[in-house]
Amino acid sequence: MARPTQERTGKALVPVAVPPVADEQPVLDDPRHGDVDEWGRSERMRQIARTIYAPVYEKWFRVEWENLDNIPAEGGALLVANHAAALPSDAPAIMHGIETEMGRPVYGLADHYFKSLPVIGTLWARNGGVVAQPDNAYRLLREQGQLALVFPEGTKGPAKSFQERYRLRRFGRGGFVEIAMRAGVPIIPIAVVGAEESMPTLARVPALAKLLGTPYFPITANMLAFGPLGAALYFPSKFKLRVLEPVTFDVPPDRERYSRSRIMDESEAIRQSIQEALFDMLQQRRSVWFG
Amino acid sequence: MGRRVLITGLGTFWGGRLAQALERDPDVDVVIGLDTEEPKVRLERTEYVRSDENYSILSRIVSATKVDTIVHTFLIVDSTQTSGRRLHEVNVIGTMNLFAAASAAGSTVRSVVVKSAALVYGATPRDPVWFSEGTARKSTPRTGIERSLIEVEGYVRDFAVDNPHVEVTLLRYCNVLGPQLTTPFSKALRLPAVPSVLGFDPRFQLVHEDDVVRSLLFCIGEGRSGIYNVAGDGLLPWSEIAHICGRRTVPLPFVGTNLAAEPLRRIGVDIPPELLDLLRYGRGIDNRRLKEAGFAYRYTSAGAVQAFIEAVRLRKTVGSRTPEYRYEDDVEAFFRHSPAVVREGEAT
Repeated sequence: MARPTQERTGKALVPVAVPPVADEQPVLDDPRHGDVDEWGRSERMRQIARTIYAPVYEKWFRVEWENLDNIPAEGGALLVANHAAALPSDAPAIMHGIETEMGRPVYGLADHYFKSLPVIGTLWARNGGVVAQPDNAYRLLREQGQLALVFPEGTKGPAKSFQERYRLRRFGRGGFVEIAMRAGVPIIPIAVVGAEESMPTLARVPALAKLLGTPYFPITANMLAFGPLGAALYFPSKFKLRVLEPVTFDVPPDRERYSRSRIMDESEAIRQSIQEALFDMLQQRRSVWFG
Repeated sequence: MGRRVLITGLGTFWGGRLAQALERDPDVDVVIGLDTEEPKVRLERTEYVRSDENYSILSRIVSATKVDTIVHTFLIVDSTQTSGRRLHEVNVIGTMNLFAAASAAGSTVRSVVVKSAALVYGATPRDPVWFSEGTARKSTPRTGIERSLIEVEGYVRDFAVDNPHVEVTLLRYCNVLGPQLTTPFSKALRLPAVPSVLGFDPRFQLVHEDDVVRSLLFCIGEGRSGIYNVAGDGLLPWSEIAHICGRRTVPLPFVGTNLAAEPLRRIGVDIPPELLDLLRYGRGIDNRRLKEAGFAYRYTSAGAVQAFIEAVRLRKTVGSRTPEYRYEDDVEAFFRHSPAVVREGEAT
């Protein structure tokens, strides 16, 4: 609505001082009772989860990082890793490690399947899980400069059987490269050794998966070893994580679309680099349990 | 010359509030309100016209009164209010007639503001956390109200394309809370224990009823054509909303939720299916576009909840603060048109 810029006093028009617009908007009363952020992550919940998970991280998996300083201390970056174990044990390890070592929150981008599960979906969101969706990733990386973790193999990674361990699957359609280009952030590949042996899949039962509506239903070595407990109990394999050199793309951000062939090339190059790092780490590994 | 504004749905909560606000604006010469029901709030100079629910009379009114602005607040966004058939009549056919009238030859209409709802985005697990105005819906609409609103928005788009000389503003509102308004959402929050879905704690965005009226006023005739989301800042978990209200949540089972909501319907808390979806997945809509246009919210999401529950507490102790109002035809006509009434601006 129009503001009066002049005021009538007697007969003369006297200019009225117009207060500057928009710049100083009053701070709105925001009576929050919790600390859940717009992504559903709660730092308080993360603290509890980290306290519970710390012994698993330190004593059970004895996680070791290599070149952690390749992850930027500030600004957005997309972390990309290989995905393994029937119940993936790599995501919590990566998120816990970066949050304790660097003090930066990590948001884990994952399939919307999690969000549709009661209880698990809520816990997942409170611990930094976000639906892997281009708009979400863009906002996290570009506008808020956060760290986001994604497994481009998707469920194809954890679904693979033990014979195929450490052989990377197709990296989807390269959507993660496109989003990093659009957001103008580097991709930081991470190679994870140890997760494959923590819960190896011996066989899959597609009929049960269909019945339960899960992406896959594995029979794991853990189930044979520990019985029903094995559904959630990992073998104490030694975890080693190597952070590779950040990959940057020499393209302007915020484009509507990027060259498809370029995206596929970059995606394949990143897949190759993680694959080679894995082979290198496996060459040096003396024992599955002691590294 | 001042504006001549026509409001559809004068008898609804929003039509009445908007008319009151427009009456206070000296730039507005004429306010005309259409509805099937009489206005429920006291109005000084608004002219009320009774119409049928799909506005077949509208083109005659537009050509007779030469209105330049139409504010379409009559869209039903709460499916518990009415039957599916009436929903279609009011929303789809009503909007069609409205645009037919506004685009008729010799129409003086230069600005149309439509009050729609964020329901058009849906609520599923695959949705983005924030919907922006350009985000396409991810799921096929499941409920009648969503389908009808999507059809309405189709008409709005067509009208905007066919009539480039008319400013068309489409506003999508998230769930509204406030001291006066009653919706299935606010009814659920007034229960001694708030229903939720077991294992889900979705995040909601809310807007205060005053901000709704202010945003409508903000968009009237200021050249703000386009689509805007309207919602307060912040996404709140359902449990936190209940906590601000000082309530506990009682979970409904996650299978057969609809069936479990049946007893609540019996006691008058009708939880529509679209709200059950929200109680699982929640929804956020990006409000930055309207803010960039210059609109300043008075309440955040949490602030709206706070304002709502304070009003509920007050009402519990002292009852309603505003006296009941009843529209009487001859009384209103007397005050508006009788020569005996001395009106402001006229010589005495």
